Formats: sequence, C-alpha cells, structure tokens
Amino acid sequence: MAAIGVIAVAAAALTGCSADGAASKSKPEASCTNKIVNKEAPQVTVWAWYPAFEEVVDVFNTSHDDVQVCWTNAGQGNDEYTKFSTSIESKSGAPDVIMLESEVLSSFTIRDALVDLTEYGANDVKDKYTEGSWKDASSGDAVYAIPVDGGPMGMLYRQDLFDQYGIPVPTTWAEFATAAQALKTAGSDGVLVNFPTNGRAFNQALFAQAGSVPFTYDSTSPIDIGIAVDDQGSKDVLNYWNDLVQKGLVTTDDAFTADYNTSLVDGTYAVYLAAAWGPGYLQGLSDADTGAVWRVAPLPQWDTANPVQVNWGGSTFAVTSQATDKELAAQVAIEIFGTDEAWKIGVEKGALFPSYTPMLDSEYFVNLEYPFFGGQQINKEVFLTAAAGYGGATFSPFQNYAYDQLTEELYSMVQGEQDGSQALDDLQATLVKYAAEQGFTVAK
Amino acid sequence: MALTPAATKAAPPLPVRKPRRNSIDLMDRKRQRWGWLFVAPFGIVFLTFLVAPLAYAFWMSLHTSTLATGTTFTWFANYVKAFTDPIFLGGLGRVGQFALIMIPAQMIVALVAALVLDNLSTALSKFSRLMIFVPYAIPVVIGALMWGFLYSPRFGPATDIFGLVGLAAPDFLSQGSIFASLVNIVTWQWAGYYMIIIYAALRGIDPAIYEAARLDGANGRQIALRVKVPMISSSMVMVLIFSLIGTLQFFTEPQVLRAVAQGAIPVSYTPNMYAYSLAFSYSQFNYAAAISFALGIVVFIGSYLFLFLTRKQSGLK
Repeated sequence: MAAIGVIAVAAAALTGCSADGAASKSKPEASCTNKIVNKEAPQVTVWAWYPAFEEVVDVFNTSHDDVQVCWTNAGQGNDEYTKFSTSIESKSGAPDVIMLESEVLSSFTIRDALVDLTEYGANDVKDKYTEGSWKDASSGDAVYAIPVDGGPMGMLYRQDLFDQYGIPVPTTWAEFATAAQALKTAGSDGVLVNFPTNGRAFNQALFAQAGSVPFTYDSTSPIDIGIAVDDQGSKDVLNYWNDLVQKGLVTTDDAFTADYNTSLVDGTYAVYLAAAWGPGYLQGLSDADTGAVWRVAPLPQWDTANPVQVNWGGSTFAVTSQATDKELAAQVAIEIFGTDEAWKIGVEKGALFPSYTPMLDSEYFVNLEYPFFGGQQINKEVFLTAAAGYGGATFSPFQNYAYDQLTEELYSMVQGEQDGSQALDDLQATLVKYAAEQGFTVAK
Repeated sequence: MALTPAATKAAPPLPVRKPRRNSIDLMDRKRQRWGWLFVAPFGIVFLTFLVAPLAYAFWMSLHTSTLATGTTFTWFANYVKAFTDPIFLGGLGRVGQFALIMIPAQMIVALVAALVLDNLSTALSKFSRLMIFVPYAIPVVIGALMWGFLYSPRFGPATDIFGLVGLAAPDFLSQGSIFASLVNIVTWQWAGYYMIIIYAALRGIDPAIYEAARLDGANGRQIALRVKVPMISSSMVMVLIFSLIGTLQFFTEPQVLRAVAQGAIPVSYTPNMYAYSLAFSYSQFNYAAAISFALGIVVFIGSYLFLFLTRKQSGLK
C-alpha cells in the first residue's frame, strides 16, 4: 500500500499527536484493536494500516499459542511515520513490529531504529519473496524488513469513455499523448489523465521507467550517498508531461484529495495510472459513475522493444530496535503474512498485491477474475508481468525531504515558472546541499 | 517550605516574650506555607508542562544533530543558522505580510460589528452578536477543513455562483490566491472573538458621556469615532497583541489547507510549519527547537516593541 492521504488525515495529525507515546510500552496492558485469543502467550505490538488487517491478525492469533499479536492502526503512511519518528527520538513508545513502506526504510535504519533480521532467520524465507521486493527491504547483506505487498504499475482506463470518443488504448507514451489530444478534440469535458505534482513515489516511478536511479545508498556505509535526480531520462519524462500540461491536455490536481478522488471515479479522468493496489483504492471511493466500465492495460512504454516495468509503493513489516523480544517480533513479522490463508484475506478483502511468491505464483491468484473489471484477469494480463520485471529500487535516508522538494519543483514547473530540466537541476542542487548539511559525503 | 532554625526555635508555646518582628515573620511563613499549597496544583502543571519542556527544548536547541553524524554540543550555532536561513526568514517575511493584512482586516470587522451592535438594543442584535461569535466556537482545525471544502472547485459553491452569471470561478487554492484565502479563514474565525472583547469594553462606558456628547452637538458617527473608540483604546491594543502573536505563530490553518493545496502551501510556509516539518518529517529535532526559540524571540521582541509604542493607548504608562 502506498500512503493514501485523505483530507481528514491532516486533522488527525494535528489533533492526534498528543495521544501516542507511552501507550504501547506497557506491553501486557496495551490496548489492542483486535481480540487476544490466548491470553497467557506473550504479546507483540504491531502498527499497520492494511485494509482488512484485523481478520489477518485473527487468523494469526488463533493459530498461535506461543505468541499473540496486539494490533493498532497508528495512521496511514506519514501519520504513522511521524509517531514512530517521535518515539525513536524519545526512546520509548514504538511498537515491536511496524508496517513501513519500503521507500522509508533507510530513513529509519540510519537512526538505528530497525533491527537487522538476518540473525533472526530472515534469509531462510528469502526465496518466498520476489527479487525486487527483497532488494527493497534489504541494504547490502542486512535485511531490515519482510516484504508484504508491492505496487507494480499498470494503466486503469475507462473502456466506455475510450469507446465513446473512439480512442484506441495507447501502448506507448507517444500514443498516450495522441490520445490525450484526441480526447480533447473529440469534445470531452474531462481529460485523459491527471499529473499530480504531489505524486511523490508516483512521479518517481515515471522517471524510473526512463532509467532514473535517483539515489545510491547502502546502510553498511551510512555516510556515503550518491544523488542523481537530474539525469536526461527523467528530464525527458518531465518535459513530456509539462508539454501535455501546458497544452491543457492533462490536469495537475493534487492527488489524494476529495476533489481528486471524485474526479477519478466520475469520468473526469479517463485513465488512472495506478499500482496494483489502485483497484482497491478505486473501489473504496464514493460518487462513482454508475455506468463506468474499467479495464486494465499495461503501462505505456517509451520503447516497446525494451519495455521497462516500474513499481509504485509497496510495504513491509520491520522490527523496531525498541522491541522487547526481538526474536519473537521477527517471528511475527515473518509469519503474519506468511500463510495462504492470510493472503487470501489480503487479496480478496484488502486488494493487496503480494510479494509473497507462494501466493503470487498460485493458480488461484494468477487466474483470479475481478468483478470490478468485468471479470478481467488483471493479474495474469498486466500486473504479474509488471511485477516480474521490477528489480527493486534504492531510496535515500531523507526520502520525505526529497519528495517534498520534488513536489515544490514540479508545482513551480506546472505554474509555468520553469521547464522540466530546470526543475530537476534545481532539485539536484537542493538535495546535494541538504545531504552535505546532514553530514553525508555526496558522490554524483 | 522548610522552616528556618529561627522559626523552629520559636515554635514551642512558651510564654517567653519574643521580639515583635519575629512573630510577624512566623505568621508570614505560616501564611506562605498555605499559599504555596494553594498554588501547588497550578504550579506543578505549570512546571511539568511548560517550564520543563521549554528548558528541555532550549537545551536541545544548543545541540546540533545531523542524520549522518551524531549529536554534538554547539552552543548557539543553530541560532546563527536559523537567523541566516532563507527559509526561516522567508517564512517570517510571509507572516509579516499576513500581519499587515490580516490584523487590520480582523480589527476593522470586529470594531464595526461591535459599534453597530452597541447601538442596537433589539432581539436582532443579540442574535447577530451570537452569529458573529459562532465561528470562534468552531475548532480551528474543523473550520479550516470546512473552508477547504468551500474553496474546492468541485464541492464549493463558487463554481455554481459564478456560473449563474456565466463566469469561471477563481481557484481559491492556487498560488496566487492562497494568501487571500487564508486571510479570509482567519478573519472569519477570529473577528467574532475580538468583537466580543471590544463590545464588552464599549458596554463598560458610562452612557452619560454619550449624552454629554450629544448635547454638545455630536452625531452618531462622531460619537462612535471621537468618543467610543478613544475610550476603548486599551482593549484595542489588547486585541492587537492577541492577533499579532497569533499571526506570527500562524500554523493550523495553512497546515490543514496544505492537505488540499500542497503546491501552493509548501512545508515551510510559515516559521511554525517549518519547525513542525523539521521535527516530525525530517527528524531534525534540535534545529526545530532552535527555530521555535528563534520564533519565540521574534514574537517576544515584536510584542514588547508594540506594547512600548502603544503604552499611551493601552494605559500602561
């Protein structure tokens, strides 16, 4: 799951920041959202925000006598990270096991907040996870988290709108631009797609498709970092989008706002460039067009001869260094999504896309038909190919800062203040300066 | 309170003549002891939740901590950095602009409303008074969230209203208009509160003065501007100080609106937002503490200067 912010989240961040803290430290009396089945067994506290996670926890607790999970939803994405970050600073209040998106792992390893799981048997389960997701969760030889779900990208589109305006489904970005123009020429009120300046990992995924490797970082030498966000591939991608924006063919609404959510489902956007968790997100939105016909196609490519698959989001379970019993916590991190039963709930009710290969490769998952897409086998047709082609990525230990700066530069670009190349040159300069201020040795 | 040796010596109830001074001291001490007891509930909360965190934050602000290297004691290096940090100074400049626009806007609305209400004595005036005050009763976060929806081109009324006359509605959340949108939220929320303060001051004026003014030939407008306003100047100064401090610490409204306008409101839009994101998004707790104290210094100097300049109006002289 990627960070799905909704409008109320900001309010929760403001009003809720006093409520966290000491709650989970006193382990036996900790208040859990779920029911504890075996009261005598030691408990492991878990923070996570997966949809339908309570059922997964119940499955785990009923099948374990030796350990029980005490689960709390401490907010989605940045809300949870803020609380975790504060508890790291205050050296108390963190849970034993925490759900983290893979892109923030190094932001916490650099603060010694996560435990290397190799000594607790992480490598024994390595072959149960996709290569890309395992690489995302590890740094050098160390493994800082157990992958849970991934976000291989595809193109969700409105078949009915495409048919209505007589537009063929694009397979390349050149065709995509033509389609955007064709939709406008045909007199549609909406646009082909939205280009959010606060897309963060989404924007980065688009760059990655053109070969961008923004950071080189390895937690075994934690003060060395390579920053290269101003590569020509990313600039080309950005200038491509800026061209569409300046021609008025795509909108630049902020993502994950109430406006954006409604536009997604009421036909304002004919295409939703999405990760594999996107269908679950779409289905959860209200005010949808009743006649909407959604289908999934592969993400358009720059060069169809050499297709590049990218990933947006993806999360893991990590063990915090405040965990009282690290071995037990590691066991929970490994086993909680380590069964077919748990994954069946994850797939069917949570719309997650597993990194867990026994589920990923299962006949059941491959052939699963999604009623939302008119019975289309979206995994077989799109997402499994996309997932197989993803080789992992490296994120910076100040990823939140990097994304905030990217948003500022992109916003300035769509306001017409600078072009895409200038935006990324500025971003590069800002990030290099920041890294140096933070004591890193920066290599280009 | 520990008793001094003199007091313990004086404690036995012997019929010895004591010097007068000592007995007064003893009484004072006994009284003081009870005094401390009564102050204790407040004092404990005050020390635990205000003084101690402040002292700790100040201690933190004297250290420098970066992601890659550890924490070191650096005296006032963070303050030097803060007062040369273009982002912090830019934020200060921005809240300065807000102060210039927002404070007069709130004061004028509050003053006019109070003067009008002071002249009316119908049931309508009571109702209006309540209605003007109501926005203040709404929590700031809720108010800002609500305005976020009102400003939204999809959910807000602007698109429909402007559509009636065939115009395109302005985008209230764009870079160019976010400043005015925020001024509007704050004025809406706080004008009612300031109106109540000014109104209460107006009610405290002896009506005989108005009669005298009327006999001297003053009309309603002249009474309002020449009699009422000068007589409530100390309340006006207080309102100004409140809104000045509030504006320099501007945080909640832009932070909440940022959820729907991330481009137009960057993370460092105001100094307080900058400190918040430094601490909680970028884990730079030490520098965030320094920024907070630096802002505190600016607020303190600003309010002191202002009180000094208006000492005649506020009656402090």
